Amino acid sequence: MKHQISRFLIKNGGVLLPFAVFLMIYFIGGKLYPAMQKPQVFFNLFINDSSLLLVAIGMTLVILTGGIDLSVGGVIALVTTASAAMLRDGASAYIVMPLMIVIGVSLGALMGWIIQDLKVQPFIATLMGLFFARGMAYIISLTSVPIKNEVYKTIALTPIYIPFFPNTYIYIPTLVGPIMLLVAIYISYFTRFGRTIYAIGSNEQSAMLMGLPVRRTKILVYAFSGFCSALAGIVFSLSLLAGYGQFATGMELDAIAAVVIGGTALTGGIGNVIGTLFGVLIHGTIVSVLQFNGTLSSWWTRIGVGILTLLAIGVQSAFYVRKKRS
Amino acid sequence: MNQKTFFRRFRDSQIFWPLVAWIIILVFDAIIDPTFFRIGIIEDPTYGKHLYGNLVDIFNNGAPLMLVAIGMTLVIATGGIDLSVGAVIAISAAMGAVLINPALGNELISNEILTKNATNTPLPIIILADLLAGTLCGLWNGLLVSRVKIQPMVATLILMVAGRGIAQLITNGQIMTIYYTPYFWFGNGYILGLPVSIYIVALVLILGWVLVRKTSIGLFIESVGINAKSAYYSGINEKNIKLFAYMFCGFCGAIAGLILSSYVHSADGNNNGLNYELDAILAVVMGGTLMTGGRFNLLASAIGAVVIWTFTVTVYHLGVPANALLAAKAILVLVVILLYSDYTRRFVNRITTKRRVAKHETSN
Repeated sequence: MKHQISRFLIKNGGVLLPFAVFLMIYFIGGKLYPAMQKPQVFFNLFINDSSLLLVAIGMTLVILTGGIDLSVGGVIALVTTASAAMLRDGASAYIVMPLMIVIGVSLGALMGWIIQDLKVQPFIATLMGLFFARGMAYIISLTSVPIKNEVYKTIALTPIYIPFFPNTYIYIPTLVGPIMLLVAIYISYFTRFGRTIYAIGSNEQSAMLMGLPVRRTKILVYAFSGFCSALAGIVFSLSLLAGYGQFATGMELDAIAAVVIGGTALTGGIGNVIGTLFGVLIHGTIVSVLQFNGTLSSWWTRIGVGILTLLAIGVQSAFYVRKKRS
Repeated sequence: MNQKTFFRRFRDSQIFWPLVAWIIILVFDAIIDPTFFRIGIIEDPTYGKHLYGNLVDIFNNGAPLMLVAIGMTLVIATGGIDLSVGAVIAISAAMGAVLINPALGNELISNEILTKNATNTPLPIIILADLLAGTLCGLWNGLLVSRVKIQPMVATLILMVAGRGIAQLITNGQIMTIYYTPYFWFGNGYILGLPVSIYIVALVLILGWVLVRKTSIGLFIESVGINAKSAYYSGINEKNIKLFAYMFCGFCGAIAGLILSSYVHSADGNNNGLNYELDAILAVVMGGTLMTGGRFNLLASAIGAVVIWTFTVTVYHLGVPANALLAAKAILVLVVILLYSDYTRRFVNRITTKRRVAKHETSN
């Protein structure tokens, strides 16, 4: 029995730990600031961090293959600016949204191809993607472009009331993140593609020798991350109803931090998207605690996230060392 | 014969390709604007007679990037990476600005005191504090990488995220303007008509060269970068070598922060040295140092930084808005990637072998 418990803990430590940390931070926050106990504050985490969650999901799969995607913030900026500019010029929202997805996917696939076939380090190739996307956003418009499209406005501002909680609501774009999370869980656990991702992350050489489609999977993973970033960009433009090249600066770092805090190893092969959810929620909780405090400045978010990332890595290495021994 | 071997050695050295890239950009500049290379002498009321012109500006403004690239070279040569240099620049700049701040410790803070041309701390101590702060950041990175065994990318990512927060913490979240004129000398002053920053870069380059090539540290760094384990088994203390590389990188970042804050007369935790880590990595890659570690050349990286800065100036010269520069840089990265990739190498090899075969056949 004892052995089973310890095995369970070691096996699921990557998810249980961020979950516990999230609960702890949230409870401490609730104790310090009673207003944080309202259910709306909890749902606000999803509303505020919906695009971060989307980006982090794509990032998790990329990191699971042992790669990294630094372009996500740039893709968000590009998508918001491009869609705002197109809507301003009278394009239909139903054309703009799919087009943005196409942009994200093709950019991701291109980076994946450069990484896989030109044998470029993921870090450098996606950095190029970041530069390119952000630069293109500025070329489209140097200033912020407001979105006045009716369809966008209705989608963005229609609240959905949560049953059983009075006066608690979320918005339609907020749902995209959790839905994508379910999709990602399905992909990573129940499809051949998902299992190949884990195999590549554990050992690319042996994955190749086993006859798994390494090349296709790696390119597809980056395309998936591009897809997630494009979705995040649409959600972002919906939440701010504007497009600007400076949006989402540094979001790639927040996403990586969320993934790492969520128990995914940056070496690849270990971790999952559920942990990432808690990583994102922890990030959101830190931000809202700072907001409730009011006197602490925003830079504490950065320091807090940095410290948590460090702790997560320390705990991870301790866990994995034990896992290897047992 | 002797000359030919000299040329071949030069062609095979790491300096060759970045130099070629630089010359290509300069030739392009010369074509679009013949006045690009004009260098004149100007009489400056504060700094006396000095040279001015685009080339001087490239070296003066590119100096922080050159310094950071020099530091980054050692880190990359050990097989690591340092993403925190931008944050280190911000921390160093913030440190300088806070120590200068004449209102520090004054009970009555008025605008008059704040904007006074005075300093709270003597200049040498400010410089020492700057350098110490940067080296400490490097020490932290180095300890995480060498002792705690965290992947370099993640270990330095922590300081990259938290470092800007720390810089803002130091300046209390404000953009601090510096009014103390002697401090401006590092970024704006001139010695014998040339900017001070060039001398600083040359000094660091010589210091690095002596450290790396006149002692065995350079050899150790290369062996750690090629295979850390075998270096360890041959009796090299790979932990301390890595620690040294990160500390040197932090040291270089601190000097860069000093020059940068001196040049812009202010310290801004959010924007000082923004994207420098990326430019520096690009410079090092351009200088022919592999991202996986091993053979390196400090001068080549410095030239790589000059290439990037010349490219930046050229793009500005073409009238591209500053923010769209990012897209242009992405294309530069793509070109560099393509040039260095195996794909191209194989392609070039195929062409040259084909030609050789064709020659062979015709001669037969």
